[in-house]
Amino acid sequence: MKCRIAAREVLFDMRRATVAGIILGVGLTILLVEAVHARLTAPASAGDAARREALVRQLGLTDLALFTEARYVRHLSQADMFTPFQDAPSAFEHFPSGTLVAPPAHLKRHGGRLSARPIGPIERRLP
Amino acid sequence: MRRWLGRQLHLVDFTLGALMRRKGRNFMLLTVYTLVIFMLASVMFLGSALRHEAATALKGAPEVTVQNMVMGRHALSPPEWVERLSRIRGARNVHGRLWGYFYDQANGANYTLMVPPPHARDIAVREGETVIGASVARLREVHRTGYLFLLSPAGKLFRLKVARTLPHRSELLSADLVLLSEKDFRTFFNLKPRDGFTDIALAVRNSNEVPTVVNKITRILPGARVITREDVLRTYENVFSWREGIVLAMLAAALVAFAIFAFDKASGLSAEERREIGILKAVGWETSDIIAMKLWEGGIVSAFALVFGVAAAYAHVFLLDAGLLAPVLKGWAVLYPDFSLTPVIDRMQLLTLAFVTVVPFTVATLVPVWKAAITDPDIVMR
Repeated sequence: MKCRIAAREVLFDMRRATVAGIILGVGLTILLVEAVHARLTAPASAGDAARREALVRQLGLTDLALFTEARYVRHLSQADMFTPFQDAPSAFEHFPSGTLVAPPAHLKRHGGRLSARPIGPIERRLP
Repeated sequence: MRRWLGRQLHLVDFTLGALMRRKGRNFMLLTVYTLVIFMLASVMFLGSALRHEAATALKGAPEVTVQNMVMGRHALSPPEWVERLSRIRGARNVHGRLWGYFYDQANGANYTLMVPPPHARDIAVREGETVIGASVARLREVHRTGYLFLLSPAGKLFRLKVARTLPHRSELLSADLVLLSEKDFRTFFNLKPRDGFTDIALAVRNSNEVPTVVNKITRILPGARVITREDVLRTYENVFSWREGIVLAMLAAALVAFAIFAFDKASGLSAEERREIGILKAVGWETSDIIAMKLWEGGIVSAFALVFGVAAAYAHVFLLDAGLLAPVLKGWAVLYPDFSLTPVIDRMQLLTLAFVTVVPFTVATLVPVWKAAITDPDIVMR
């Protein structure tokens, strides 16, 4: 009890700037611990990443399995221009994940022409 | 220097005292501010981790994929295309790929059925067997029977022995995969060998020659669509970037929140605050002192919100696997990968986040105070 009263007195005696500094310091320490966590988990994660890359190489996978509700988001890079709108003429796409990701860049670059066209090396480097 | 530091510390003390006098209001403000930063930082961390994941894993994607397009839709590639593409100089390992989608009526999940390519010797699948992703195994509880039962589109029941489950750590790539032998795949979808393949993949001997090979493919097969590995990687470079759906929506929400803050601050000070400024001026405070005090106020609130918001966002995304964002990502999907992300921190994005949140808030705090501080104390106090 005495100890608690003493601690409270110390806290009340401290100037406000010191108390705020201590709280902010705690926050910064948490950030520092998280940075260390990121650094420490990196080697184990690198091993997992290598195994995932090996799986992709073996199976020839092209996309992340992040969205499984519609095929144009399941295989985002393989989608063609009309997949979200294919159900009926002028039908709107209706899966939520379609609003989370943008169409692949190469789809936009082809500007609506779905058949591939000869692309020069300079054009291919353009974003 | 020591005198200046002492002065600043006193200013901080006074500022904190002023903040504590309006405890409820300022605590609410700090909570909302921290939440806004937490949301934005969470999406930012998730986006950068997913982009990093895609960039490292999809390095192994096929160098070139050729799709047949019929009336704007992806159609089966005729088997003779494989031979025609094999004749291109520089192209090697040309093979038809068989993969497709299957809607499981038993649970409403969508699977990706796939035949492992001929070079995938480690994951070769025998007839009557299957290798499945960890999410499929979990969803169908295959550990109980050791078999996967699928009702084909033609209504025939398939009984496949689960030879292996793909590692849990690869779920982000393989969650919905069901690997079959070519014969089982063709029987399941009622595809004959003359119907061809889903698409055709090929490698290029010299990676500098990819554009040349692509040109040759488009000349030989004008109706085909060619997707290179570079295109695949670029697709995921932009995923969850600032300009895209969820981030744009969050950013818009954050901007609206800040607009409300700014409006609240800029629409004028409360009578109590104006009186406080008037008294301070009357007892001899300079305008610069009052502005410095308010700068400290904006800075302290922003620093607390930023530090605790970012720290909570890191814990949310990398320690708790982005549990709050998962329902958004999941959408209507029944099958969702259970994955942990490698912590990746984009310093530039963090700096941008700090800039777009701290600066507007501090400026919004400052303007009305400056207006009040340059007015005569007698008028301010009235």
